[in-house]
Order: sequence, then structure tokens, then C-alpha cells
Amino acid sequence: MEMVTLTIDGEKVQVPKGTTILEAARKIGKKIPTLCFLKGINEIGACRMCVVEVKGARALQASCVYPVSEGMEVFTNTPAVRESRKITLELLLSDHNLECPTCIRNLNCELQKLAEELGIKSIRFEGEKHRSRYDDFSPSIVRDTSKCVLCRRCVSTCHKVQGVGVISPNNRGFETMVAPVYDMSLAQVACVNCGQCILACPVGALKEKDDTDRVWQALADPGKHVIVQIAPAVRVSLGEEFGLGRGAIVTKKIPAALRRMGFDRVFDTDFTADLTIMEEGHEFLERLQHGGKLPLITSCSPGWIKFCEHYYPEFLENLSTCKSPQQMFGAVAKTYYAQKIGIDPSRIFVVSIMPCTAKKYECQRPEMRSSGYQDVDVVLTTRELSRMLKEAGINLATLPDEEFDDPLGISTGAGAIFGATGGVMEAALRTVYEVITGRELKNVEFTGVRGVEGIKEATIDIDGMKVNVAVAHGLGNARKLLDRVKNGEASYHFIEIMCCPGGCVGGGGQPILNADERWELDYREVRGSAIYEVDRNMPLRKSHENPAVQQLYKEFLGKPLSEKSHKLLHTHYTRRSRYPEAE
Amino acid sequence: MEIYRAHILVCRGTGCTASGSEPVMEAFEKEIEKHGLSKEVKVLLTGCLGLCELGPNIIIYPEGTYYCRVKPEDVPEIVEEHLVKGRIVERLLYKERAVEERMRALTDINFYKRQKRVALRNCGLINPEIIEEYIANDGYRALAKVLTEMTPQQVIDEVTRSGLRGRGGGGFPTGRKWQFAKDAPGDIKYVVCNGDEGDPGAFMDRSILEGDPHTVLEAMAIAGYAIGAKEGYIYVRAEYPLAVKRLEIAIEQARERGLLGKNILGTGFEFDIFLRLGSGAFVCGEETALLASIEGRRGEPRPRPPFPAIEGLWGKPTLINNVETYANIPPIILNGADWFASIGTERSKGTKVFAIGGKINNTGLVEIPMGTTLREVIYEIGGGIPNGKQFKAVQTGGPSGGCIPASLLDMPIEYDTLTQAGSMMGSGGMIVMDEDTCMVDIAKFFLTFTQDESCGKCPPCRIGTKRMLEILERVTNGEGREGDIELLESLAKNIKASALCGLGQTAPNPVLSTLRYFRDEYEAHIREKKCPAGACKALITYEIIADKCKGCGLCVKVCPSAAITGERRQPHAIDREKCLKCNSCFERCPFGAIAKK
Repeated sequence: MEMVTLTIDGEKVQVPKGTTILEAARKIGKKIPTLCFLKGINEIGACRMCVVEVKGARALQASCVYPVSEGMEVFTNTPAVRESRKITLELLLSDHNLECPTCIRNLNCELQKLAEELGIKSIRFEGEKHRSRYDDFSPSIVRDTSKCVLCRRCVSTCHKVQGVGVISPNNRGFETMVAPVYDMSLAQVACVNCGQCILACPVGALKEKDDTDRVWQALADPGKHVIVQIAPAVRVSLGEEFGLGRGAIVTKKIPAALRRMGFDRVFDTDFTADLTIMEEGHEFLERLQHGGKLPLITSCSPGWIKFCEHYYPEFLENLSTCKSPQQMFGAVAKTYYAQKIGIDPSRIFVVSIMPCTAKKYECQRPEMRSSGYQDVDVVLTTRELSRMLKEAGINLATLPDEEFDDPLGISTGAGAIFGATGGVMEAALRTVYEVITGRELKNVEFTGVRGVEGIKEATIDIDGMKVNVAVAHGLGNARKLLDRVKNGEASYHFIEIMCCPGGCVGGGGQPILNADERWELDYREVRGSAIYEVDRNMPLRKSHENPAVQQLYKEFLGKPLSEKSHKLLHTHYTRRSRYPEAE
Repeated sequence: MEIYRAHILVCRGTGCTASGSEPVMEAFEKEIEKHGLSKEVKVLLTGCLGLCELGPNIIIYPEGTYYCRVKPEDVPEIVEEHLVKGRIVERLLYKERAVEERMRALTDINFYKRQKRVALRNCGLINPEIIEEYIANDGYRALAKVLTEMTPQQVIDEVTRSGLRGRGGGGFPTGRKWQFAKDAPGDIKYVVCNGDEGDPGAFMDRSILEGDPHTVLEAMAIAGYAIGAKEGYIYVRAEYPLAVKRLEIAIEQARERGLLGKNILGTGFEFDIFLRLGSGAFVCGEETALLASIEGRRGEPRPRPPFPAIEGLWGKPTLINNVETYANIPPIILNGADWFASIGTERSKGTKVFAIGGKINNTGLVEIPMGTTLREVIYEIGGGIPNGKQFKAVQTGGPSGGCIPASLLDMPIEYDTLTQAGSMMGSGGMIVMDEDTCMVDIAKFFLTFTQDESCGKCPPCRIGTKRMLEILERVTNGEGREGDIELLESLAKNIKASALCGLGQTAPNPVLSTLRYFRDEYEAHIREKKCPAGACKALITYEIIADKCKGCGLCVKVCPSAAITGERRQPHAIDREKCLKCNSCFERCPFGAIAKK
């Protein structure tokens, strides 16, 4: 590799050719402030916070995009540089809705942090603010452009990471606004509700639709039997909001916390994840053995489902008809569970705690009423739950360990790994292998489908039958994979697609890391490893061994793919336009 | 070939077309027919002559008689007198203001005498819609020369030695740019012509595209040969329909004659050109924004490096020059680098086209050798300031340029002198201001434009220019505060240093240059709440000077708000509550009895 030597503030540093000044400075422990920079995703030099002096250059240069060259002399801390950064930041603040104490991102805001770090004590500039829009028509995502700093991190994420591209800068100059086309609402365009834009946002311009009030109301209603399910990925992220470190496992703290909030029963989505494997595994076998549509593609991720409906409708028949674990839970809770405890389903209020903003949309889909009622009443994201706990004065970190309730709280390690990319595939293979061969699978870990590589492929030998599988996470990767399948460049039996990078651990409802931390640490990797640790520590690691699931089939459903299963646990999909409907 | 005894050249540039040259041309055709002169006299359309203010302009050859402000009803007289009887129609000749003398030929008048037309050499002379006329004037000879006699490197060396610098604003040495593009690795390369002329009042590129489109095509093909490109794109404003039309015709004709396309002139060289229309964003004149726009993306700049020569259109090495730069290429190739380098000054070679406007007698387009002084341009070519007013400043470089005061009038016009004076060459706008112009107000005017045209990508430009404008607004409204000047200065310096692109970096120039040369005017607005030039409405009041007022009542008639009252033949008075400060009375009063304070 060709190396380049330069000096930064007089200090010599040697880095590979093509490195930016920002990276080179970081190498010698020099932090240059950034705002629009999001490593690997948004490197556009727009915000001018990271400007430095480069000897010989006419103007200040954005260090995040400026490549180093041999003999270059860089100054990161001159009076001109400091003054320029301050003025630029003060300008941003002069056009910002400064309702910081009541902002969703208070104390987790990169603009706030910059103001502190750069020592901004007053704002010299004042004046008109740009015209803004508050868009809360989407069931998942709220846009508040009065707080937008136009860093474009959401835009790059939506276009490049997710391949969706429904938000872009509209207008120009002072009136520039990141918005869907023609300033429509996110609800009117082909947004998949993944919420990755929220994770990218340095400020409070994008946030989840807050449903905490509805849950507080239900909890306070003595006529309601309020039950809660918690998704696999939440147990490795909720602790982050309570200072327990990235990827801390808090599986047993969660039941304790939720009981203290007043939920009548605390259940686990891992239970219905196991149930999903029973249904989807058999669906796969059915298609494999009886010439059904292949490849079968997983259907657990509602962002992916909506993406498929808008952008790849030609694959709708490949989608598994299985509902997601969260929706299976709702359907089972308001039928089987209601019968079992003798409560009228109209009195049951189902709350989901999800790493996901798209689940808020999913639970409102008209198909998701197989119990005769809306199967899942409210979806809360990990972040909303953490806010409620804080509001209730419950410190997760200091709670005792407790167990989930019976019967919908019993699960296996296979259910847990749904939270990481490749997990559904691995869980399915564990069951499919044993169903086909009738033999015990000794090593349950299919490591070939694990990890954060965008597209993973593996061939599994099941008694001489070669099963080709592929796994994609992040819709940009899904696009690449589907295009290859479409063009006949690749052929698979089974594909897992998760909407969010890293799978559900990287969901749009998860705790938000600032750009700096994202650069240092791959949260998908850290939380994903924790998920596999949860799996390793479970006594049962195959879905078909889940006794509560077995009991459910025995007492209620009959067998996988039974008529009752079809009614309650399966769904259908809708072809949707990529373009807003004409009004 | 038909031989005619006389040719009537009717300017059909946008300016003259707007002032009515089309019916004039039709009238000539009809009148000549009527007199049975169709076989003797030919009527031709041409591109812009430059003196747009005096349009419709026509020239009659072989005498070269120049008639201005010609109306269709003048045509029978011109045909009868000039073409039939051989007598000049004196009343339609141009009148030189300085000497009050009617001038017969274009070449006699100061406006043209001091010009040296290289880029504009064919404008107003040939019919831009007929390729043969271009070819007859050495057209495509330069292309033939490079394809048959020169290697690509020799072409670039010639351009480098000529000392030609970019005419679009930055002034980067053209030859070096070509060399970068040639040396950049890659099989596919592009040549792009920047025809997104956006400076208000500037129309040199439009005139070249309308008046001599083939010169740009020829130059681009030469550039394609030099750097190894097979495709070129001309990005031209959609607001220039005539330029677009003439380019389309020119490209078609060049293709038909094998001057574009495959196997050009039988040499095996392949090059073709395509048009892309801009949609009216000033920032698309910035090269990276322009390339984004061609690619169909939002037209906004990106940081450089990588420069377009390395990574340009669709990520490929791309040479991008402006229209006027290209127009200089064929003469350089034909006459040699030494010839070109002999024009102009040490560091600025050749000529530059300027669009002169504002408070000046001869508004229009001029091409002058580099090194000509501002005084020569304004007083000798431009004919000085109208109505006997005093010169105050000249703004060069368009809205991103700076204002140069009277003390620097003898400064030679070069890239570097203009930059040192706090302005720039820019694309060649030149707006003259007289004593009635308020320099704070003019800074506000230019900033309003750049602020409105900001793409919105970086905060210094997006928010910074807005805040500067807000400060200027309050200063001109009499609400300026102590500290506003310092605030403006610190903002301006920061935007200049930290904005992402050239548009943002130069946007504060009008403020910085007026602060440099006319700081006292800012101080007067802020401290004394006075506008010394009497231009800022909020800061002036109108009064009638009783001694001078004859009580004629003219002011009463023109006042739209009935603010003036008085007995006939008695001094009148203005009710300040009712006065709208519209300036009508001031302009109307024949006795100078209205005072602005």
C-alpha cells in the first residue's frame, strides 16, 4: 500500500494514500468536530464543521473529504479554524428550533454536544428561521424540519443503505428542506417505515411516532388485561439506555421492569419466533417437496415486506405467508390465550416492545385482525420503553432478575437469534434438518449465515440434499441480492431478508449512537454477538423442542399449516405503487 | 454563386430581436422585392453586434454603414435613399456623444474602435444558421489543422503557451486543465461546455452561442482530440431559446458535413456533441453542480478534489470550459500561441468580453484586450456616465464580484489586479454606478441575488448569506446598530473562507469591497441614520425648497398619494405622513425645488 507522510499541527503522521485528513488526525488522537459526517454513509463535506487549514489552499478545507498528500501541512486548531467552526455552528443554531429541554434528543444530540465542545456561550446571529414542516401522518416516523440541520445523513441512509430514496432536499438556499417529493408526507410515499433515518439523524428532526401515552392509559384502565411481548433484539439493547454498555444482555431484568410498570402478564416474542419456525419451516418443506414457489423468502421484517410490495412485487409469491412473530403473538394472545384464561379478547390489550418502527405500521395493517380485533394494539420501540421506565422511576440496572410468564413466555435459543441477521435462517435450518432427517442435529450453529457482511450465502447438506440459502440485511443489500436472482445470476432455495443493517439489533427503534461512536464501534456486531450469547445459554436451542409451542399445537392449532394455523398465523400481501397515488 | 452588390446585415441577437429586428428584416425583404433589387441586394441575419441598447441594429455593406434604432417604417427610406440613390440616411446614424457627430461606419465609433474581437470575431458578421458562412471565415480550419498536422500533446502545448485562462470566472490556465484531463487515466472521457451563464446582465456566452455557435463546436472537437474524448456536452440555459435553436441547427449541419460524428474529415477521429438544458439555477454554473445536473441529479456542488479532470461526468475524466474560453481556441490554433500571447498583459493574455451596463451611456457587449483600463472602458468605449453625473464605482465579476471605486479607474483590467482590488474577473459583467447609488443598498442588491441562488448545501452560504442580508436590510431601514459592521465583516470573512463552493466563497465580495472602499456610507446609515446617496427610502425625507418653488403644480399632479398641497404660484409643501417617497415629484420638478434629505 502506498503510504503518504504529512504533518498535522506539526506532528508527523504516515497513512495510506487516499486517507482523509479527518482519518489521519484521528490516527494521532486528534479529534476534529464533525456533524454531517457519517462514516461510510455520508461523506459529503457539507456542514463545514470539520474545516482545517491546509497550507497553500486558498480557503479552509473540509477534512472529512479532503485526501492527504505527500508533504501536506495541516492545521486543525488555528484561531481562523476555531472562529470559522464557531460561526458556522452559531449560524446553524440561529436557524434551529431551540426547544432543547423538551426535545426528544435532549442530552443525546450532536448539535448540543458540539455547542458544548466548541464553547458556544452565546449566538451572535439572529433572524428569520426557515419555513418548517411537522409531519406526523406516518404511523412510524415523525419529521420535524424545524430542527433539521440539513446534514443529509438521513438522505444518504435512505438512498444508499436502504435503496429506498424517498427523502431528498427540496427547494434551495435558505428554504431547503429534506422531505419526500413535492413536500408530501412520509405516509403518502413509498417509505417502508424502517426508521434508519432516525438512527442517522444527529438532532431531533426525525423521531418515532410516540405511542407511550396510549400504553399508560391502558395500564391505568382497570377493565383492561394488558399483556406485553418483547422482541429478541430488545434484550441486548435496552440496557444501553441505562448505562449498562452496548449490547448488554438484560433478558431477565425486562420482566422485572415491565411488571413494575403494571403489565398483567409479561411474555416473549421469542415464543412466537419458535412458532414461526414451525410454520415457516414446514412451509419451506412443503414448497421444496411439492414444487412450490422457490426461493422462499422470509417475512418477519415488516420494513422488508413493504419494500417488497412497493419495489419488488414480482417476488410477492416467494414471500412466506407466515406472519411475523409479533403478529402471530397478537393472534394467539387474543384467541388461544384468551380462551385459556377465560378473558374476553375485547378486554385484552396487547403491547409489543420492538426494536422497530415499521412494526407500528404492521400492527395497523387490515390483515392483522384475525382474532376479530386488532391483534396487536400498540407497538413501542426500545427507545419509548426506556423513556417510560425512566418516567416511572424504574432503573433497569438495579432490578432483580425475573422470568417471563407462562405460557407465551417460554422460548428457545432459536427464537432468540431472530434478532440478528441470519438468525431466522439458522433457526429454520435447525428444525428443517431434524424434520427431514429424523436425526438429532449435533452442532446447531450454522456460522456461515452469521455476521455483518451484507450478503451471505451457504449451501447446507441435508442428507445429500444440497440446500442453497442466502441472507441479506439492509434493503440496499436486499436489492442487490434480488436483482441477482431476477437476472438469473444466482439461485437459492431459501432467502432471509431483514430490512435493517445487522437485522433487528440494528432496527430503527433501537437506542441511537452518535456518529463518533458509530465510527468506533459496529453496534450491529456487538449486539449481534450478544444475541448469539443468549442463544448459547438457553437450555433448548431448537424451536420444535419448545414445550409451550408443542402444547399450543396439541391444545389449539393441531399441526403446522393446519386450517387454524392458516387463519391465525398466515397472511397475504398487496402490490403497491412506487409512486404517490394521484389525488 | 450569386454575387450581390450590397448586403444588409440585420442583427438578430436576442437584444435586437426583442427591440423588433424581425419586422425590420421582413420590411427590408418586402421593400427590396418591391424595388426589384432582389438580385442585387441580399438581406442577412446575424448574431449580436454588441450595442444592444441602440437596437435594432443593421449594417449595410460594402460601405459598412451602421444604422441604429431602425424601425420598419424607416426601411422604405433606407432602401430608397441608401440602396437606390446612394445617399446615407443621416438621421439613423449613430451619434457619438462626446463629439456630437454622426458616425457613418461601425468601425469609426469609439465603442468599436477600441475593441479587439477574437471570441466575438464572427458575431454580427456571419449568419450563424449557415455553416458555409462559418467555413468561409476560416471555420473548421483549426480542427482540420489539429487532426492532420498536430498530435494531441502539440495541441495542448499550443493552448498552454498561448496563456489562455478560463473565461468563466476562476481564471484557471486552460492548457493545464487540458493537460490534467489528457493525463487522467481512463478510456472514456468527456468534454463539457459550460453555457450556464447566470450573472445578471452578462450575455457574452449567449451572444457567442447565438452569433457563432460553430466556433464552440469546433473548439470542443479540438479539445476532444487533445484529451482523448469522443463525446461532448453543452450545458446551456433553457432561458436562451435562440442559443439552443442555433446550437441544434449547428450540430445538425456539422454532423451532415462530417465535422462531427464518426471519421471526422476522413481522419478516423470520432467526436459528437449533445445538448443539455439548464433549468435556471445560478449554482449550476459551478462545474461540479453542472455535472450533477447533466447526470440528472440535484444541481449542487460537491467538494473538490477530486477535480472533474480526474473524476467528472459519470465519474470519468472530464474537461469543462466555458463558452468564451472555447471561442478563443480556433484562433489560437490558426494564428498560433505567440499571436494570442502578444495580446494582453504579462499574466492575462488575450482579450475579454464584458457586458457593460448600469449608469453608462453605451450599454452592451465589448471585447477588449486584457490590460485596458477601467477608465478606457467606461469613458471611451462606454461613452461615460449619463446626465452629467459623477462616476462612483464599477462592479465587476457579476453578483459575486466587488465594487471598485473611482480611485482605481486607471487600473488595468487583469485577473490578478481585479482580485487584489477585492473583486474578480468573473464571467465579465461590468455594472457602472453613479453618485446616486447607495453602496450599502447595492451590496444588499447583489447579496439578495446570491442568497436567493444559494443551493442550501452548506450552512455558511445557506444561513450566513441570509443573516448578512438581514443585517443589510436593517442598516438600510435605519435600524442598524453599533457592531453591525463588525458582525458583517466577521460573517463575510467566514463565508469566504469556509463555504463549500465558489458561489458561497465569493458571495460576500460585494459587502467586503463596499466596506473596504465606502465604509463611511455604512457608518452614516448606522450612526446618523442617513443615506448619503439619497437612495434608501427609509432614511430620506422630501421637502420643497420654498425659494425655488414657483407653485406650478406639476408635483401635485404626479404625486400618487396627494401629499403635496399649495396655492397656485405659491410655494407648495409636502405632508410627510402622506408621502410615499416614490421620488415622482423629485423627478418631475423643473426647478429643482424638491430636496431629498
